[in-house]
Amino acid sequence: MSLVYNEDQLQLQDSARDFLSARSPASVQRAIRDQDIAAGYDAGVWQSMLDLGWSAVAFSEADGGLDFGFAGFAPLFEEIGRHLGASPLLSSIVLCGGLIEQLGSEQQRQQRLPQLISGELRLALALEENARHAPEAIQLEARRDGDGWVLSGEKTWVADAREADGWLVVARESEGRCGVFHVRADQAGVQTSARSMIDSRNMAALRLDQVRVAADDRLGSNDAGKALDLVLDWGRACLAAELLGMSETAFSMTVEYLKTRVQFGVPIGSFQALQHRAARLYADLQLARSSMMAAFAQLDRPGGDDRERRRLVSLAKWQAGQVAQRVSNEAIQMHGGIGVTDEYDLGLFLKRMRMAQNQLGNSDYHCQRYSDNRSA
Amino acid sequence: MNELEVFRQETRAWLEANCPASMRTPMPSDEMVWGGRTVEFKHEDQRLWFERMRDKGWFCPDWPVEYGGGGLSPQQVAILDAEMRRLHCRPPQINLGIWMLGPVLLEFASEQQKQQFLPPMAGGEIRWCQGFSEPNAGSDLASLRTSAVVDGEDFVVNGTKIWTSYGNKSDWMYALVRTGPMEPKQAGISLIVLDMASPGVTVSPIDLISGKSSFCQVFFDNVRVPRSQLIGELNGGWPLGKALLQHERSAMSKFSESALPTHFDLGEFLGKYLASPQTTAETVLQQRAVVCLMQEESFRLTNQRIYQTLRARQDASGLMAIAKLVHTEQERSKFELLLEIMGNHAMGWQGEGFDQRELDLTGAWLMSFAQTIAGGSSEVQLNVIAKRVLGLPEAK
Repeated sequence: MSLVYNEDQLQLQDSARDFLSARSPASVQRAIRDQDIAAGYDAGVWQSMLDLGWSAVAFSEADGGLDFGFAGFAPLFEEIGRHLGASPLLSSIVLCGGLIEQLGSEQQRQQRLPQLISGELRLALALEENARHAPEAIQLEARRDGDGWVLSGEKTWVADAREADGWLVVARESEGRCGVFHVRADQAGVQTSARSMIDSRNMAALRLDQVRVAADDRLGSNDAGKALDLVLDWGRACLAAELLGMSETAFSMTVEYLKTRVQFGVPIGSFQALQHRAARLYADLQLARSSMMAAFAQLDRPGGDDRERRRLVSLAKWQAGQVAQRVSNEAIQMHGGIGVTDEYDLGLFLKRMRMAQNQLGNSDYHCQRYSDNRSA
Repeated sequence: MNELEVFRQETRAWLEANCPASMRTPMPSDEMVWGGRTVEFKHEDQRLWFERMRDKGWFCPDWPVEYGGGGLSPQQVAILDAEMRRLHCRPPQINLGIWMLGPVLLEFASEQQKQQFLPPMAGGEIRWCQGFSEPNAGSDLASLRTSAVVDGEDFVVNGTKIWTSYGNKSDWMYALVRTGPMEPKQAGISLIVLDMASPGVTVSPIDLISGKSSFCQVFFDNVRVPRSQLIGELNGGWPLGKALLQHERSAMSKFSESALPTHFDLGEFLGKYLASPQTTAETVLQQRAVVCLMQEESFRLTNQRIYQTLRARQDASGLMAIAKLVHTEQERSKFELLLEIMGNHAMGWQGEGFDQRELDLTGAWLMSFAQTIAGGSSEVQLNVIAKRVLGLPEAK
């Protein structure tokens, strides 16, 4: 299990850092908010990410990918976190692309994956029906109707749903089976309602009223539960990396501030009360990084054990969520007044952190899941 | 087959032929073999294993052969370690001299001193202890006052050292003593070695809140130490002391590897004392236990990451700076949580009504308070992280 980046990952990280700091610094996130951009990301930045091959990283060459392995997403999402880079990379590529790769027939993959990787097609995952992550509590119903299916129900929290070309809708079939259906944006019976969130990104509620889809719009023919569990773990690991990137940035902003802010005639970083708090955050960040690296290593392990994967991914998401919570709170407190002004970027980090902490399972969720998958 | 592969094959064959089967089993804490003048063996196998490894020079495999070492290259030492782990070989002996003082002597001692001290150390004939801390020089070690005054061909040593592990069972001590002025206080310190059997040395063990301990206080009353036992320059001991402390981490990790019986696994006790939570309070306790387990796993992964970072020749100094802090504090939290889960079962002192594991746990819990203080308190570790890793400024 490799817990340090290899040469290829380091190169990917360098190029991601160069690109994001030039093209998508925190000021871009601010502009998305101030200009109220419905997509929640900058279309030009997303196109450049596609041109850089970020959407192709994890897919096999047969599916139109680069075959780099899932480990490529660790440095990418870490840098995305550092720069608050908004994009549909998680929703459309990692989650929807992952589900098509895992569930789709040969034909379904060939029809959709190359388009998804090129960006011609953008999908969002319609999963959540509760304010907190609960993938096992899906109510939205899929009923067989002749050759096809009829979908009815609500998806209340769908990230990147607005302006998408379509959605992958997770639905409950008869006998508790779970299926994933491709619903197109222009289909009759679908209604989207925007939700304006603290991170100014793209969120909407979806209502499906007797939406008819063809047989071929169901990904594969098997129960989707196992694949969904795996693909959500990919997303969770990416969120852990993003959270870690955000936390490390908020932390280094704070350390820098402690060195330069003068009160009582000295830099406030010379006070032991603050030094020790900063040192503890540094230790927390290291534990979170080790856990994140272990999760990615496990995801790329051929034939890895499912329980082991769940345990390590939940550990990573839990640690990343915990450290984001502590770092953001301490960062703002140690900055003092400037930390609560809108002008300063810390607030943007705080808001995106809380969203990412909640997305695909908060700390309590992953504590439970870790416990459930602990070796006896 | 390259040379290292040949070495691996030979080493494996030698270990299989020479490490007795009973020395390939987990070691109870009372079966650790300590080298020294009064080395004790509980079984013949212990003696065999000790003597065979000694004669190979493998108590200190990386030292030059001329000083009693094995003369192995770093790659060969790594192979030997790996093969010993593979066969579950117990350490043939425990010896702080080899792990801590040895490397410093190799680097800083005169040729005559190396000839005098290294071969007996490598042969497991002398057991060493450390004299650094004093009652008024703990975290602020440089304020130490035990004096060594030149008198003819000797130093005359007066003062006291405290927290000396196994001071009552050791043959020789390496000690930091004051040979110069207090100002600046680091500049008046020297490193000397002395025979614990010298007239004027007395040792008294210290009882801790956990009961009997290996810690001792050592008193020096006009103890004469030949000047030839000064290591390095007069008043040049401070950097040597710091070098010694850098070896402490690796020594401690070897020590804890070999002292596994003192390990208390939270999962083991959870199954027994909190198998099926019924009430909200029990559920909360269980969740806290899961949090504890997650922190422990993250720390184990961090230890692996330290190893991999070093192997990749990247900077691991920041990671190494958190290890002692995180580990000792996690241990204490774990024991505190076990107290809450087990209630009175974890607070028995002796006798009936408790099984041995429970009584051992009480001792380990109380001992965990010493671990966050010994070897650089948590506060000192936090200072190190703040200043050396994060680069925060010194207080004015």
